[in-house]
Amino acid sequence: MADGGGRAVGEKPPLVRFQSVSKRFGELAAVSALTLDIMPNEFFALLGPSGCGKTTLLRMLAGFEQPSDGRILLDDKDISAVPPHRRPVNMMFQSYALFPHLTVEGNIGFGLRQEDVSRRERAERVAEMLALTRLQGFEKRKVGQLSGGQRQRVALARSLIKRPRVLLLDEPLAALDKKLRAETQFELMQLQRKLGTSFVIVTHDQEEAMIVADRIALMNEGRLVQVGPPADIYERPTSRWVADFVGQVTLLEGRLQPGGLLTTAVGQLRVPDGESATAKVWLALRPEKLSLSAERPPSNGGNAIAGTVFEIGYRGDVSVYKVRLSDRSLMKVAVTNSKGRRPFVVNDLVWISWAADAGVLLRQ
Amino acid sequence: MNRPQKTHWRARAVLLLPSLWLLLFFLVPFVIVVKISVSQTVLAQPPYAPVLDLAAGWRGVEVFFAQLTAEGYRLIVTDPIYLLSYFKSLQVAAISTAILLLIGYPIAYGIARAPRSLQPLLVMLVVLPFWTSFLIRVYAWINILQRDGLLNDLLLGLGLVRGRPEWLSSDAAIYVGVVYSYLPFMVLPLYATLEKMDEALLEAAADLGCPRWKTFWLVTLPLSLPGVAAGVLLCFIPIVGEFVIPDLLGGSRTLMIGQTLWTEFFANRDWPVASAIAVALLALLVVPIVVYQRLQTRQLEDLR
Repeated sequence: MADGGGRAVGEKPPLVRFQSVSKRFGELAAVSALTLDIMPNEFFALLGPSGCGKTTLLRMLAGFEQPSDGRILLDDKDISAVPPHRRPVNMMFQSYALFPHLTVEGNIGFGLRQEDVSRRERAERVAEMLALTRLQGFEKRKVGQLSGGQRQRVALARSLIKRPRVLLLDEPLAALDKKLRAETQFELMQLQRKLGTSFVIVTHDQEEAMIVADRIALMNEGRLVQVGPPADIYERPTSRWVADFVGQVTLLEGRLQPGGLLTTAVGQLRVPDGESATAKVWLALRPEKLSLSAERPPSNGGNAIAGTVFEIGYRGDVSVYKVRLSDRSLMKVAVTNSKGRRPFVVNDLVWISWAADAGVLLRQ
Repeated sequence: MNRPQKTHWRARAVLLLPSLWLLLFFLVPFVIVVKISVSQTVLAQPPYAPVLDLAAGWRGVEVFFAQLTAEGYRLIVTDPIYLLSYFKSLQVAAISTAILLLIGYPIAYGIARAPRSLQPLLVMLVVLPFWTSFLIRVYAWINILQRDGLLNDLLLGLGLVRGRPEWLSSDAAIYVGVVYSYLPFMVLPLYATLEKMDEALLEAAADLGCPRWKTFWLVTLPLSLPGVAAGVLLCFIPIVGEFVIPDLLGGSRTLMIGQTLWTEFFANRDWPVASAIAVALLALLVVPIVVYQRLQTRQLEDLR
């Protein structure tokens, strides 16, 4: 699935188009013949492990890197040759890159100083940004006197004040602690809806990408692996790699038989009918789609296999049970802790059950 | 209750060594020089009076203080030769520091922007002249600048001059010598600040609409000001007191304060006046040092 993927959002023409863009650093191919469209008014996430090329892609859009091959279109105009300071695109840097010799006000207004904007309008727009990012009262502070969260908001205000066509966010929340990060994710979403600007965020945190983004492009080794809305990627991954990278999963290898049956090492399992071909496939099962019980549940056209509890990961709201199956492999099952006490302990004999259509069959 | 006091004591002990060093090799000699500067010149050994005679008791101390005089200081503010020397020194120091900054900044900037792997080599090249004695390098400039020297050979060869003009024994020769000798002291502190600068700041400026030249004025230059201040002071202060370069390369009409001091001390054997010159020079140089200290404190506060 390496095509542009999901021309999903509305009928409007794409805002940004990457057309078979490649970037090589010497021998290393950071991005390989990548084609991708980003829509107007979209919150788009580039997700992938470190070194997958997502940051390089973002930096090419900002103009800090030149594509070795291919074209980048913004509003249907090729911007490959436009230097960064002339692109209607602004970036929020991972390190924030705030100017230490300027005040909060000076940092936020920096972009407008480079434009033909009257002093009065500049003051108004800086005030507007200060209000938007709840930084009123900090105007005259030097950035060295701010907390991490405040710096993050200054960086955001500074990159928004020029009203860019696209706002680029390079791991914008990586430096914040977990609680602040969760709050800021929702603030970013509200801000994006309010402004109607396209946001492109680069992140290695799949949870963050799923929370904030309308669509996610999953990247690995310089290529697109899957593009689509978060729920599509989570519920209908197209490969084992995607299923494993996004969320938790147990993969059962097997061969398809006619009549919606899958032969695996732990027995015959029912899967959605209509799948043909007898080649090797994998059944991907998410932990929260599975149930645990002490007795064998009634079949009801679903599946049930036995195992022993090997390990319990207690998380407060949910416990993840690792259950050892008959072939010695481990299966992850998530159980909501609604009762307040654990129903099973290690070495308990348990039954794992799920509906026939709870899993996804993967061919690669 | 015992421990904090102990650490307090240890913190002081750490300061003891530098304090002792400064006391022994700076403060004590300085007090001696101040004392000589308010003495009278005599033809004797030592060539000044009074000498404190502790054997005479309190009476000796009284006689000692009665004999002190500000004659040396009166002389250096009334005789124009001293004021002119001071002025000349400040002028040479100011102009050469300005030239050093104009030459040194692009060099430091170039090194800081060069590929990482090349930078140690380039810094090494800046420091390389130190491997030869300072005196030998200044003598080499005599060879280059003299009437039948390399410079005139070159200019004649290129057809740029007629005859062989005199370069040596002029202010220009002093500037050449000073700028050449002090360049590393300007380049190194500038390089140190420019090298530390975060590349992302330059990208952020470009991203917000700054062309390269403007980024330099709005971001690079203001952030390198501590390096500029360090380089300027590191050059300006020793150049004011420079003796060897003006003596070897300069003309007889140009007198910098170092030369005047030397003459008073060795030729005229007038130790009190020589000492008064030295004390006044120090007072003069304390001003920029204090200014620099202030700047540095403010810089530290900004970072906090």
